[in-house]
Amino acid sequence: MSGTQERVPTHGRGKEDLLVLLEEAQSKSGYLSEDIITELAQSVAMSVSDVYGVATFYSFLSTKPLGRNIIRICQSLPCHLKDSRMIIESLEDELGIKPGETTLDGKFSFELANCIGVCDEAPVMLINNDVHGNLTPEKISEILKSYK
Amino acid sequence: MPEKQIVLKNCGVIDPRDIATYLDKDGLKALEKARDEMTPEQIIEQLKASGLRGRGGAGFPCGLKWELARGALGDEKYIICNADEGEVGTFKDRYILERDPFTLIEALAIAGYAVGAKRGYVYLRAEYHRLLDLLRGAITQAREKGALSHFDIDIREGAGAYICGEESALMDSIEGKRGEARYKPPFPPTSGLWAKPTIINNVETLMNIPQIILNGADWFNQVGTEQSKGTKVFSISGDVKKPGVYELVMGSQLRELIEGLALAERVKMIQIGGATGRIIPYDMIDAPLAFESILGAGAIIVFDESRDTIDIVHRTLEFLAEESCGKCTPCREGTEVMVEIMEKLYKGEGVERDIITLEQLSQVMMLSSLCGLGQAAPNPVLDSLQHFRNDYESRIK
Repeated sequence: MSGTQERVPTHGRGKEDLLVLLEEAQSKSGYLSEDIITELAQSVAMSVSDVYGVATFYSFLSTKPLGRNIIRICQSLPCHLKDSRMIIESLEDELGIKPGETTLDGKFSFELANCIGVCDEAPVMLINNDVHGNLTPEKISEILKSYK
Repeated sequence: MPEKQIVLKNCGVIDPRDIATYLDKDGLKALEKARDEMTPEQIIEQLKASGLRGRGGAGFPCGLKWELARGALGDEKYIICNADEGEVGTFKDRYILERDPFTLIEALAIAGYAVGAKRGYVYLRAEYHRLLDLLRGAITQAREKGALSHFDIDIREGAGAYICGEESALMDSIEGKRGEARYKPPFPPTSGLWAKPTIINNVETLMNIPQIILNGADWFNQVGTEQSKGTKVFSISGDVKKPGVYELVMGSQLRELIEGLALAERVKMIQIGGATGRIIPYDMIDAPLAFESILGAGAIIVFDESRDTIDIVHRTLEFLAEESCGKCTPCREGTEVMVEIMEKLYKGEGVERDIITLEQLSQVMMLSSLCGLGQAAPNPVLDSLQHFRNDYESRIK
C-alpha cells in the first residue's frame, strides 16, 4: 500500500456506502486499482476479497485501467435487430481494438453493454454519459472525432 | 380502447427543470391534500380502493404493500423507487424521469407520509447517469417548496447490473453489497432495506398516485379491466415504423398498440416483458394487455417475418446468462447450458436430445431458482418451442 494521501476520502462513511465509495473512486482515478481496493477495505473494515467481490460484480466498475473515454455499445435484442453487429465491426475497424480492450493511446475503451434503455433509437451506444442513437457505420468516425 | 394519459400527463407539458411549471399543473396539490386532509390510513384505503397494482411486472396491489409496511413494527422505515429499468426493450421510466421528475417526487413524499417513513431512495441505473443532475435539481426544488419537510430523498446509483432491478438485489446494492437476490420470506414490507420495513415501487406505479389522491379511487378504477385498473405505459421497439413510448388504457388490444400506433407490418412474433417475458406468435395479436392476460413491465419487442426464432432466443439467453447474479446454481448453470444448446442450434448442429434437455432444464430452473430471473429465464425457450417448434426441428442434424 502506498503511503500517499488517501485516494478515496471516506468522510467517515462505512461499509453500507461501499458501492458509492467505489463509484467515487472510479470516477476520480479512472479504475479501481489494487491499492484503492486495499485502502477502501481498511477504511470500511472489510476484507480485501469482499471489496473486490463488489468491485467486480458491477459492469460499470473496472479493476483494470480504462481509456479516457468509454464506449459502451448495446448488444441487446432491439439493437441486435437493427444491425448492432455492423456498428461493433465498424468500431473495431476504426479503433483497431476488440471489445474489452483499450486503444494504445489510452483514448478509448470499448465495451459491449446490455440494454441501455434507448431502444427507440437503436442501434445505440454510450460514450461516457452521452447517448448516440440511430447509428450507422458512416456516423462512427465523425462521432469518435468529437472526443479527445 | 383509446390512448389515455394519466402517467404521462405532464410529459412534454411541463419544464422538468422548473417546478413552477409543475405547480401550474396542480403540482404538489395531492401531497397538500394528503398531509392536510387525510390520515395515512385514509390514503392507504384510497389506494386499495383504486385497484392500482405494481407496474414493474409483478402486479402486486400497491395499497396492500403500503398497508403491510405501515403496520410493520419498526422505528425506521424506507421508501424505495425502483428506477433501475434494465429489462431488455424497456425505456418508459427513462422517458418519464426525463420529462416529469416532480410527480415522482411528490408520490414518494405521499408514500413517506402514508407509510411512516422519513427517508426514501431513488435507485437509478448507471446507464441513466446523465439524468442525475436533473433529478437532484428536482429534489432540491421540491425541498425548497416544503414538499420534503417530513421526508427526504436520496439518489443511489447502480453500477451496471440487470439483477438489481429485482427488489431484494436492489436493496443489497443500496446497502453497498453485490446485488444478489435474497431468500424470501421475509418480504420487504416487514424486513427490507437494512432489515427495516420497506416498500419498493416502480417509477410508473408511483406516477399514478398523486392523481389517485386528487381525483379519488373511483375516478381511477373506472378505467381498465376488472383486475387491471388505470393505464399502462409501453416501450415499443424492434420491427416497427414508430418505436417509442405509448400509454394505453389497461385491456387495450396488443394489435392496437403494435399495428395501430407503432405501425408494424408482417409481424412474426412479439416478445412482451423483455428477456424473461413471453414470446407470442402473430395470431395472438388480439390479446388484451392486462395483468389477467399478458403485460409484464411494458417492454414490447416486435419481430417481423424475416427474423430467425433461434437467433432471438439465443441472444436473449446470452443476456440472461451474463446477468445472472450467480448466487443460485439452477440459474447460474442453467442459463449457461441453455446458451450452449441454443448456439449449437443456431449453427445447425443441434441433435434430437437438445430439445428434451431444454424442456427438462426449464422445469428445474422454474422450480428451484432463487428469484424471478432464473424462474422466468425459461420463458423464451418454452414459448418459442410451443409456437415455433419447427424452427428448432429444422436446425437438428
